[in-house]
Amino acid sequence: MSEGFAKKVANTQVWKAIFRHGPPNNARNRAAVIAGNVFLHLHPIKLKKSGVQLGYTWCMGGLTFFVFLALTVTGVLLMFYYRPTAEYAFTDIIGLREHVPLGIMRELHRWGAHLMVITVWIHMFRVFMTGSYKPPREFNWGVGVILLVLTMLLSFTGYLLPWDQLAIWAITVGSNMAKATPFAGAGGPGAALAKIGDFVMVSDKNDVRFQLLGGRFVGEAALLRFYILHCVFIPLVVAVLIAVHFWRVRKDGGISAPL
Amino acid sequence: MIKEAINYLSSPVYSFTAFIVLFVIALRRIDIVGTKKFGLGLLIGTLVIFGWMISDPVFFTVISLPDNIPIIILNGLVFWSTWYSLYKGHQNDLRIAAGEPPIEGTPENREKVWAWPNLVYIELLCGILCTIFLIAWAIFFKAPLEEPANPTWAPNPAKAPWYFLGLQEMLVYFDPWMAGVVLPGLILVGLIAIPFIDVNPKGNGYYTFKERKFAITGFLFGWLALWIFLIQVGTFLRGPNWTFYGPFEYWDAHKVVAENNINLSEIMWIKLFNVGLPKNIFVREIFGLLATFGYMFGLLPLIYKKWGKSYMPRMGAIRYYIMIFLILGMMSLPIKMYLRWFFNLKYVLAMPEFELNL
Repeated sequence: MSEGFAKKVANTQVWKAIFRHGPPNNARNRAAVIAGNVFLHLHPIKLKKSGVQLGYTWCMGGLTFFVFLALTVTGVLLMFYYRPTAEYAFTDIIGLREHVPLGIMRELHRWGAHLMVITVWIHMFRVFMTGSYKPPREFNWGVGVILLVLTMLLSFTGYLLPWDQLAIWAITVGSNMAKATPFAGAGGPGAALAKIGDFVMVSDKNDVRFQLLGGRFVGEAALLRFYILHCVFIPLVVAVLIAVHFWRVRKDGGISAPL
Repeated sequence: MIKEAINYLSSPVYSFTAFIVLFVIALRRIDIVGTKKFGLGLLIGTLVIFGWMISDPVFFTVISLPDNIPIIILNGLVFWSTWYSLYKGHQNDLRIAAGEPPIEGTPENREKVWAWPNLVYIELLCGILCTIFLIAWAIFFKAPLEEPANPTWAPNPAKAPWYFLGLQEMLVYFDPWMAGVVLPGLILVGLIAIPFIDVNPKGNGYYTFKERKFAITGFLFGWLALWIFLIQVGTFLRGPNWTFYGPFEYWDAHKVVAENNINLSEIMWIKLFNVGLPKNIFVREIFGLLATFGYMFGLLPLIYKKWGKSYMPRMGAIRYYIMIFLILGMMSLPIKMYLRWFFNLKYVLAMPEFELNL
């Protein structure tokens, strides 16, 4: 009966309007289901058996992308409840904890962020150990390294947003490093040389740390900057680079295999 | 008693040295490490020791901080992925030695399969398992939230997020411009440069160890010893004032550590020659300048004599020198660590006049 029901559903106009092919149980439809779906067509229609084995890829790249999507969804939901100002940021987080029964969005977002850092590292490790960066995949390895750094920056900028002690002091420790940038940070080597008479060109009022924080310490300007970097700027860059990364995986011959 | 011994031995000078020794032995005996028996023994041994360690209340309070859970997951995955890739590499090396293709290259595995259902179902399953894992994690561990931000009161220790604790740990040995800017920059550039430096055509698309000994050893050293290991030290063994605390040692903020680090210039001029420090900074720092330039450039002929002769013709001069430069940059960290531990050396080159301390 269920077989007949499924057939009936598959024959309705609505079903046919969405899926333009029959069930993927023959060669023609298996090709159509991949090629005819905007999401699935990231995959090749056919690929080497070694490339689909978990023992080879550990699915770490796929999981990184999956966690990135989960973080996008939970992050957008969190944005509804959060105002990036020194006055409201912390109390909004408290509100999220106190007033949302069984709420786990912040937990999913925070642990998901940690998980993405881990999976992206292990993904890179796997790609190295299988020699998959070798020609013709050199460029895509470089794109991957940039994505790895952006993942850590995403996590780092998000660290400030709860606006608690953990947040501002972790960011203070991290951003103090920028002060030491050679020539571009007020406390870095060479900065003292950049002087015209008495006029100091690199000071704590204009060095890279100041640009990063929008001030001389982690204050409200830094919160707004990190919020925009975290929610808009870095995710956009990451999304573009992920597109390049996936595109090049396909163009460079798919998942690596012995030549 | 045992715990006190562990506290003592986990001090970086001993634990890092032990780690390096084990690392070298493990990579030399891949025929033992790359077996299922060894992997299983390692897993059971680690679990038993870890179980015994978390029965200690002091260790448990540190390890059960919600923000430290990811590091435990990371450690498990690093353990597993390192062993598993060496195991697969060893298997393939045996096959190649017997004249067979690596397991990824057998005719059966070269066959093409449909993405639907072979790939799509695996992705779906991984996604579902990952979702379950993440939801369970979120239910059992609340996201931490401390006191509201207070710019006038700094917690002690103030730690960066865990993935940057390797860098923060480097701050013990290097000034921020090195630990926070130059070395991370070198890591980034070095990683991107790997495919252009590594001209070995073998080992492309399958696990192996024998065919890529040098590349894998170098990468594993940086990854395990200089990145993962330092994260552990920074997270679990550094307490108030970034002082070292053993895993079973209570974080007593009043622990006094006698630390009397001196610069190379002081060692040479004051201790050795028994004269005061010269006024002119370039004369004062002549030994530091010699040591730094000697390390960066003076060693080149020696390295060339020992290894360069065989590598340079294969790689070309540009690749060769970039590789040597990157390796010297990487090795500057463990060298500085040992100089600190053995000679209490603060700076090789100390020019606070230009904020240039090495």
